[in-house]
Amino acid sequence: MAKVPGLFKGLGVTFGTMVETITHGANTVQYPHVKEAPPVRARGVIALHEGNCTSCMLCVRSCPDWCIYIEGHKELAPPRRAGGKPRAVNKLDRFDIDYALCMYCGICVEVCPFDALFWSPEYEYSEPRIADLLHDKAKLGEWMETVPAAPELEVGADKKGKK
Amino acid sequence: MYALLSSIPYWGQTLLRLLGGAVAVLLPAGTIVYLFLFKMMSFMQSRLGPMEAGPYGSMQLFAEVGKWLQKEDLLPERADSFVFKIAPLIVLSSTFLLVAVVPFGPDAWFTNFEAGVFYALAVSSVSVLGILMAGWSSANKYSLLGGLRAAGQLIAYELPMILAVVGVVIQAGSMNLQNIVVAQNAGSIFGWNGLGNPYLLTQFVGFVVFMIAVQAELTQTPFDMPIAESELVSGYMTEYSGFRFLMFFIGEFATAGVFAFIASVLFLGGWGVPFSWFGWSGINDVDSWMNVGGPLIMLTKMLGLVFIIMWVRFSYPRFREDQLQRFAWKVLIPVSLVNIMATSVLKVAF
Repeated sequence: MAKVPGLFKGLGVTFGTMVETITHGANTVQYPHVKEAPPVRARGVIALHEGNCTSCMLCVRSCPDWCIYIEGHKELAPPRRAGGKPRAVNKLDRFDIDYALCMYCGICVEVCPFDALFWSPEYEYSEPRIADLLHDKAKLGEWMETVPAAPELEVGADKKGKK
Repeated sequence: MYALLSSIPYWGQTLLRLLGGAVAVLLPAGTIVYLFLFKMMSFMQSRLGPMEAGPYGSMQLFAEVGKWLQKEDLLPERADSFVFKIAPLIVLSSTFLLVAVVPFGPDAWFTNFEAGVFYALAVSSVSVLGILMAGWSSANKYSLLGGLRAAGQLIAYELPMILAVVGVVIQAGSMNLQNIVVAQNAGSIFGWNGLGNPYLLTQFVGFVVFMIAVQAELTQTPFDMPIAESELVSGYMTEYSGFRFLMFFIGEFATAGVFAFIASVLFLGGWGVPFSWFGWSGINDVDSWMNVGGPLIMLTKMLGLVFIIMWVRFSYPRFREDQLQRFAWKVLIPVSLVNIMATSVLKVAF
């Protein structure tokens, strides 16, 4: 019997929510017509900055789903200074992420030592064919445009890299 | 009106009754699903529900039915195919048999049994058989568990439901649903007849017990242990797909509507308006426009009652199996027995 007031309170909550939805509108948006901007740091899709990638394979090896595929070869680039040896550079042939497998853990982004992978909040890339969820180098590069600017460092933060 | 109906040949009357029965079952079911399952539940969860199919998603139900019709009719390999296939038909047919006894107007009834209450309560328990058959024939342990839980629950809650109705029967002095309607609308409260005498007032305990038992009979949440989609994956319906699942689905909501019809007949005065408003004194004085107005009044009362059923459904979490049984046997049945005793004592006293 002691639970009876709680039962009526519960009915009141649902009824109140119903009235509020009818009078003030719902908490949800009607998705294809109205779009909510995801938070800037939302994990939507992983973008690739190709120039930074050295095909070191760290992301491939750290991926729990094995959904990153990298192929590359070495090429000789002209020496930096006259009279020097030609430099060996890694040329990226293939960089694919299979979003049908990806579980958005972000370990690849964390592990990349050369800032070649970034999170983008973009999320509208579903496909009717599951094979189309394999995004290749060019497509991953296109996502770079949607990557938000890095947030300002806090005052007094230890700045790494070039001084 | 009745004379007009009598001039139609027998096969024509039968056809009309079948058509009326289909409308009386499917129209409330569709209205309930759209109004309460699609919209009210969504609003209570602060969302809008289906909005794309038709204005405000009003055609969504047709889309859903179309989807179900397209689905493959699966039959588990080890299932007892005859019993498996006939089970949803039995559940649905008990709904159709149930609506046959509900009066919708002074002449707008399908059948007018003398023992209408008895018939309704007897026929409503046929669906237990269908559910048990579905659970047993599916060759699936979840289905079997769901079916057995359903059988245990429905039998447990049949009793308080019957006992709750007994109070009404005692007070009305009749088991005929039409007479119960007339007794309420022609009645008076201590000589004041402006409101008739709806048994909601005198049999309030019976009404509450009846509505709780209906909630359990329909296996709606707090009492959805047999369905328990999160643990039994819909219990006895686990193996059903396509049209057979649709039959269970229609059966669930149509039965909600029909039980609400019966509850409105028993406790809210059914199709009638208080007879004193128009100076009628009995069933024979009632104008024939009530044959059109009556069903509308019934529909309104039915929607009000189903609103309560669904409101409770969307608000409460599920009972545990032992709580559920204890509630039926230790709370509802004693309460309704006391109600019967009080009613009969007062009936004799006044």
